[in-house]
Amino acid sequence: MAGTGKAHLRDDQNVLLRVEDLVVEFPIGRTGLKVNAVSGISFDVLKGETLGIVGESGCGKSTTGRAIMQLPSPTSGSIMFDGTELTTLSGEAMREARTKIQMIFQDPISSLNPRRNVRDIVLEPLSIWKRGTTAEQLAAVDKILEHVGIDPQRAAESKPHQFSGGQCQRISIARSLVLNPQMIICDEPVSALDVSVQAQVVNLLEDLKKQFELTLVFIAHDLAVVKNISDRIAVMYLGKICEVSSSDDLYRNPAHPYTDVLLSSIPVPDPTVAVKKVVVDGEPPSPVSPPAGCRFNPRCPNASDRCRSEEPTLREIEPDHFVACHHPLTGGEAPVSVHFK
Amino acid sequence: MTQTDLVRSELESLVETIDVKTHFKTPRGIARAVDGVSIQIRRGQSLGVVGESGSGKTVLSRSIMGLLPRNGVIREGSVRYRGQEIGNCSDKEMQSIWGREMAMIFQDPMTSLNPVMKVGKQISESLRKNLGMSANEALAVAEKLLHDVRIPEPARRLNQYPHELSGGMRQRVMIAIAMACGPNMLFADEPTTALDVTVQAQILELLSEQKRDRNMSLLLVTHNLGVVAGYTDEIAVMYGGKVVEKAPTKTLFANTKMPYTEALLSSIPRLDQPSHSRLTTIPGRPPDLVNPPKGCRFAPRCAYVRDLCLNEEPELEQADSPDHTYRCFYPVGSPEYLERRVELTRKGELVASEGSN
Repeated sequence: MAGTGKAHLRDDQNVLLRVEDLVVEFPIGRTGLKVNAVSGISFDVLKGETLGIVGESGCGKSTTGRAIMQLPSPTSGSIMFDGTELTTLSGEAMREARTKIQMIFQDPISSLNPRRNVRDIVLEPLSIWKRGTTAEQLAAVDKILEHVGIDPQRAAESKPHQFSGGQCQRISIARSLVLNPQMIICDEPVSALDVSVQAQVVNLLEDLKKQFELTLVFIAHDLAVVKNISDRIAVMYLGKICEVSSSDDLYRNPAHPYTDVLLSSIPVPDPTVAVKKVVVDGEPPSPVSPPAGCRFNPRCPNASDRCRSEEPTLREIEPDHFVACHHPLTGGEAPVSVHFK
Repeated sequence: MTQTDLVRSELESLVETIDVKTHFKTPRGIARAVDGVSIQIRRGQSLGVVGESGSGKTVLSRSIMGLLPRNGVIREGSVRYRGQEIGNCSDKEMQSIWGREMAMIFQDPMTSLNPVMKVGKQISESLRKNLGMSANEALAVAEKLLHDVRIPEPARRLNQYPHELSGGMRQRVMIAIAMACGPNMLFADEPTTALDVTVQAQILELLSEQKRDRNMSLLLVTHNLGVVAGYTDEIAVMYGGKVVEKAPTKTLFANTKMPYTEALLSSIPRLDQPSHSRLTTIPGRPPDLVNPPKGCRFAPRCAYVRDLCLNEEPELEQADSPDHTYRCFYPVGSPEYLERRVELTRKGELVASEGSN
């Protein structure tokens, strides 16, 4: 089977996370059918890098983020984090490994326990892992709360509902930072927020990344936000990676027709720019029975017979810019491979 | 009303609000959600109402449509539809207006549809009630409506429940319901916020197409200035229950007067900026509507604030072009604004907005 390819994986000492052939499938009852949420994707993240993962709902981007955390464990594939293979770890060892990888979720209000005060919420990871004395823990919590711009005094007295959405997201960030993780997986951390607040949270993540030397995986559907925060972007469609590139290059030179669609769908805040005609119709097909060949072919304006039968592999079209497409917008046609099933 | 009167009134305005106030009684005191808003919407025109959460934009659209509870709400001012006062109508009187004259699309298509009623029945409900159609007639029209909003296989969809549809399709069903009785005025309250960007573009395209084909007026409520830029004729920016700037869309973007509008615009991450460029933020939070700040409501968060702003509330000023109004003592481009801007740039507090201007 033509896979999604691994041409884009880097051979670097600084690779912190390396995911190979990740497959996540969810069975549907006893029907024998399954949801192909993620179908064989590979990517790597260097230390200190921000990898953005973009795509529409149902493309498997959140599932990928959760699979890294083994929530749940992937169906198959390998996840190497800092030299450790996470998929084979025992429950207890995995629990320990998760202290180094933390997660921030989309809805800041429902991801915080409404009945506890905010300081306790941020303190909990420390008390679970018995890091330091109680006084040291409290000091650490107050310090982290100040870093994210929440008044520790107020946090000690208030419950999450007394804070706004943006502040709740700051609290979630504080909770994820308190154990000093190496990597944070942000799953749509700003999509529920107002634009003005969204900018605050994005700036905060950038600052914290520098201060705490973090590595980020930033999952979102809004390419404009992802582009701003990421060094490298992977575009996902229906469980596959379509394109991987540095973020500036991806915007300047989108090669996959799907990336182009995503980019042109973003409304431009300028009335003198004519609204681009929507080039694709409809929505992604069901991941239960994904189309053969390239999964984007039913919606793709450039689809050919080859796209309907042969699945494209990721290949390099210019330095550090990879695309899985037979007829990309730049970089020339894919060489026809002698390939029999 | 004679024919010419009718034509004139339609040229003037379809919906007009004069100094509308909607205040809520809360345990902490009176929340001034909408505090003296006057807007006009002409036939076939689209108005974007933009603001952060809590700016009163949703309450404004509901006030116009009369969709607020009777209890605990204080309403003042006048709402006119085709020149007739509807601000004080009872729910019963409004029923002749809802659906046939005005309709609304809500933000969350999942919770706005009835989960235990088939899509076809939900669409045909208002057709039967308002237009007196038979069940079969109504279903036939419903199928056509689903086809109009580009739902594939409309006949099959009539017999499906909302949970069987994707988010984008549910929003299309909402639009079909709103369009069913051919309203003249459509309110869309954050119609695309819950949707993917690709679907968002499709829905906005669909709305503006329907508006054009039916010569309908549209009030588009959103927090994203990018969304309204391409799809509205005029924009009203709301802050703390008041309209702080109103202008034709092109003028608003080309000749922004209010620092708040400018701040909203520059906080949108733009694709043409290099990655990792610092986003301009608006510090702080929207004002408390129970105890709004004295003076200009935006003053505590404004980078260009001066003493006068903190003490006196600015009146609606007229800009150079006739339809452009704003509430600010030191608007963008004024000498005081420019002076402060030079200071801020020197201190390095203006980074990203430099690139976008």
